Amino acid sequence: MLKDITFGQYFPGDSIIHRLDPRMKLILIIVYIVLLFVADGLFSLLIGAAMGIAFYALSKLPWKLVIKCIKPIMPIIIFTAVLNIFFVEGDPIFEWKFISVSGKGVLTAVLMCIRIICLIAGSSLLTYTTTPIALTDGLERLMKPLQKIKVPVHELSMMMTIALRFIPTLIDETQKIMAAQKARGADMESGNIIEKAKALIPILIPLFVSAFRRADELALAMECRCYHGGEGRTRMKQLKLTAKDFGAAIFVAGGFAAVILMNMFGPEVFRL
Amino acid sequence: MSKKSFIEANRISFSYPSYEGEIPSLVLDGIDVSIEEGEFVAVLGHNGSGKSTLAKHFNAILVPTEGSVSVSGISTAEEARLFEIRQEVGMVFQNPDNQIVATIIEEDVAFALENLGVPPAEIRERVDDALRKVDMYDYRLHAPNQLSGGQKQRIAIAGIVAMRPKCVVLDEPTAMLDPKGRREVMKTVKQLNKELGITVVIITHYMDEAAMCDRVVVVDDGKIIMDSTPEKVFGNVELIKERGLDVPQVTELCHELRKEGIDIPESVLTEEECVAVLENLLKGGAQNG
Ligand SMILES: Nc1ncnc2c1ncn2[C@@H]1O[C@H](COP(=O)(O)OP(=O)(O)O)[C@@H](O)[C@H]1O
Ligand SMILES: [Mg+2]
Repeated sequence: MLKDITFGQYFPGDSIIHRLDPRMKLILIIVYIVLLFVADGLFSLLIGAAMGIAFYALSKLPWKLVIKCIKPIMPIIIFTAVLNIFFVEGDPIFEWKFISVSGKGVLTAVLMCIRIICLIAGSSLLTYTTTPIALTDGLERLMKPLQKIKVPVHELSMMMTIALRFIPTLIDETQKIMAAQKARGADMESGNIIEKAKALIPILIPLFVSAFRRADELALAMECRCYHGGEGRTRMKQLKLTAKDFGAAIFVAGGFAAVILMNMFGPEVFRL
Repeated sequence: MSKKSFIEANRISFSYPSYEGEIPSLVLDGIDVSIEEGEFVAVLGHNGSGKSTLAKHFNAILVPTEGSVSVSGISTAEEARLFEIRQEVGMVFQNPDNQIVATIIEEDVAFALENLGVPPAEIRERVDDALRKVDMYDYRLHAPNQLSGGQKQRIAIAGIVAMRPKCVVLDEPTAMLDPKGRREVMKTVKQLNKELGITVVIITHYMDEAAMCDRVVVVDDGKIIMDSTPEKVFGNVELIKERGLDVPQVTELCHELRKEGIDIPESVLTEEECVAVLENLLKGGAQNG
């Protein structure tokens, strides 16, 4: 049960989306998000949505994953929609007592909903198709230039890697400690929230103590293997952009161009 | 000028930093030891006798408060050549979980080489080579938590072997393993020494492991009290026991038999030798009677 949270985001597969270079995926997702906000009318935005659908189709992931990632933000989507519908000023198309709904309000609400859904589904697709370690790797390499302005890029990525490495170990350990405390008669299931929180203390304290001990030993082992930060470090695995990465880039660039053209020359209806 | 040994510790003393007002206690107290290239050395001693502290002096994790340590003629106090020393003398620790850094086995084995700035193609080659040497090549793409303790410990060894060190220091590498894991790890360690010619220093609590080595060093209270072949060291059963240590079962048995007046040579150490000697004796006994 605890194990599910570990790599729950990544769905192994061998599709073209899975095999894209993580750096390219990161860049493209940023471009895609910008695109969603550049689109200023329903038709432009539908191009963006179509691109998102195409990506999902190419990833060969089950469609219900889209629902899975949208579900938690459903309240936010509904809230935004309601706010937009009732509070955007414009020519009223519906009036009842003090409530008035404008055409502009409805349009804003619809556009906002499509944007948020595409944004969440798009970025979830990134984590669905990329292992956390590949993501960390891609991020480190993309952010390398930031090192010049003293952002500790290598250190952050090293921490991330070690965290990913130790999550399963610490989960195992938590389960062992829980079993040990239960064997001593600890009661973790019953009681109100405060009692349950109190029951966590005898689990968390040994866990923390052991985590610190592990950190100490790991640091020593890293020192013995000549670790001295990111300076002068090479990597065994080099990321290489291949034809499919450029293909994906061209596809997104094409989509972007289409959105801009639609903004400029598309029909004047359903615009903000 | 006399030829220097590979690792040479010269009258080293060490105490951990203490709080103000406290008198620092000497953990190492004037240790003199030299290790030659290609040796297979066991270090014995009860808990807290200073074995780990001594081992950490061999690759400049700690520098002595008094005296000096040199590795291949380089003093461990020379900070500029720290990585040279650590590359020559690798270290493996007790807990296999706490020395694996990466989420994928082969990346972990590559860790030291990446730190040293080795070119990518060469890293690949040396990683594959190291994984084959510890017989874990097939597991290169696994996650560490999918492996058994013995396998993880072999990965830790591979991570060191990839640096192509002259010496590996292992600090109780089998203490947390089950018997099967222990056998795997000891087999790998023996191979390092016998086939690759790597100098091995192994700290252990298991006397049968110490009996496999060419040389046994016994540490007690920060001093070396014995430093000889396993035959000689374990021959002195009384002294060993006095220091709170065990002797290998075989040695114990022979010692007891000898006390009973049965003639068994001092050189018997392994189970096979013991069985052979006992068989001979029993046969001889049968003929006499
Ligand atoms: N990091 C440390 N700080 C302070 N004292 C330490 C530290 N590590 C070990 N000691 C002390 O040094 C002594 C020797 O420890 P150690 O070398 O780990 O012995 P061994 O490995 O033989 O069990 C012990 O008394 C221990 O308490
Ligand atoms: Mg120790």
